Amino acid sequence: MHLTLEFGGGLDLLLEKSTKVHQVDVQPKDDEGKATMKGLLSWVKSNLIKERPEMFIKGDSVRPGVLVLINDCDWELCGGLDAELEDKDVVVFISTLHGG
Amino acid sequence: MQSIAAPARAGSRLCARCGERKAALKRPKTLEQICRECFYVVFEDEIHRTIVDNNLFKAGERVAIGASGGKDSTVLAYVLSELNKRHNYGLDLFLLSIDEGITGYRDDSLETVKRNELQYGLPLKIVSYKDLYDWTMDDIVKAIGLKNNCTFCGVFRRQALDRGAALLKVDKIVTGHNADDIAETVLLNILRGDIARLSRCTFITTGEDGPIPRCKPFKYTYEKEIVMYAYFKKLDYFSTECIYSPNAYRGFAREFIKDLERMRPRAILDIITSGENFRISTTTRMPEQGTCERCGYICSQKLCKACVLLDGLNRGLPKLGIGRSAKGGAGADGNGERQGKRPERNRSSLQGKHGNLDF
Ligand SMILES: [Zn+2]
Ligand SMILES: [Zn+2]
Ligand SMILES: [Zn+2]
Repeated sequence: MHLTLEFGGGLDLLLEKSTKVHQVDVQPKDDEGKATMKGLLSWVKSNLIKERPEMFIKGDSVRPGVLVLINDCDWELCGGLDAELEDKDVVVFISTLHGG
Repeated sequence: MQSIAAPARAGSRLCARCGERKAALKRPKTLEQICRECFYVVFEDEIHRTIVDNNLFKAGERVAIGASGGKDSTVLAYVLSELNKRHNYGLDLFLLSIDEGITGYRDDSLETVKRNELQYGLPLKIVSYKDLYDWTMDDIVKAIGLKNNCTFCGVFRRQALDRGAALLKVDKIVTGHNADDIAETVLLNILRGDIARLSRCTFITTGEDGPIPRCKPFKYTYEKEIVMYAYFKKLDYFSTECIYSPNAYRGFAREFIKDLERMRPRAILDIITSGENFRISTTTRMPEQGTCERCGYICSQKLCKACVLLDGLNRGLPKLGIGRSAKGGAGADGNGERQGKRPERNRSSLQGKHGNLDF
């Protein structure tokens, strides 16, 4: 499936060439074979994050203080890690941990 | 894959407030699910209520917004100028920025503030460490290395903000400290046994006895909501970490607060409430307030922290005023003995250790 991933609030600095927006084609499978946020996070961790993964991931979720929006909706309303993704979804990650 | 039985998709629930539009976020404070438009309304209204209930401003006042280009101060500048117009506060608002002289960090964030000046139509004043102290942070780091430089940065910034505010002839300074920041500072002050700061750090207004009071209109505003607001409104802010060493101890406290928030978002407000309700026992001796002999800044010693640090830099003894050597152990003697027991020089270092607290 095609996804647009956006990294803000300083998270872009953890990625190759500090690119904010990534157009990707992935099949983010979790343990049960479903295309969930959980699967996407582990894909992002191994494919996009180039340094200091602990700034982005803690355990199998994002680090507390990193906000996630799926199609501009707070992921806490869509099931968090279990939220299922669909083709052409836009997923935005924003760190709240930098600067005031 | 698009079956009807699919679990609730992003945005398929209705707003708990208007019942019409799709919910866009879950409020950490109330756990309500609300839409974007209702979020703007409640977010702005709560800040308005905080301002009114605490009598933060009087009509006709000149108010400087401490602007770093970061998320909190950017949202504060935007919301405060909106509320000022909407509710006729009658305030003259200014942006006040500090140029610490950090190449590649502050020069970039100042560009953001300069854009904010145009976007929000607020006059901007920039005061620099170079002008005030004749040292940039880059110079200081060259002289003292990466350790302790945040002490200089924090002490100098606090004073620079006051100096800039005096130049602007403002009646008040507002800063973007949010509920998460304040909860974190409550914890840090407990961990350090810093009773004087513990009792002060939850005040919405501080320095009322001094020349220019400071207040925190975001005292009850969650960081999550500030960042969501900035994101939805597409506000232009700068989000790169200071390139010089961050305060590791503060970092731990922040992480702890964020972990608590994930489990129980109200924890942040509850920590603030606990901080507000601490009572200092009458046997705890508090430092007396006076003014610095050299520059007149408010302090509890002969010389203010900035003057002591500056002295050290100019005499080639940059460790002066930094505090005990590392092996002394930060936690070992961080409480109690304030007055009398130690010679003047050491007492002043006790006061300001981990000096980059903005409270
Ligand atoms: Zn609504
Ligand atoms: Zn710093
Ligand atoms: Zn002084």
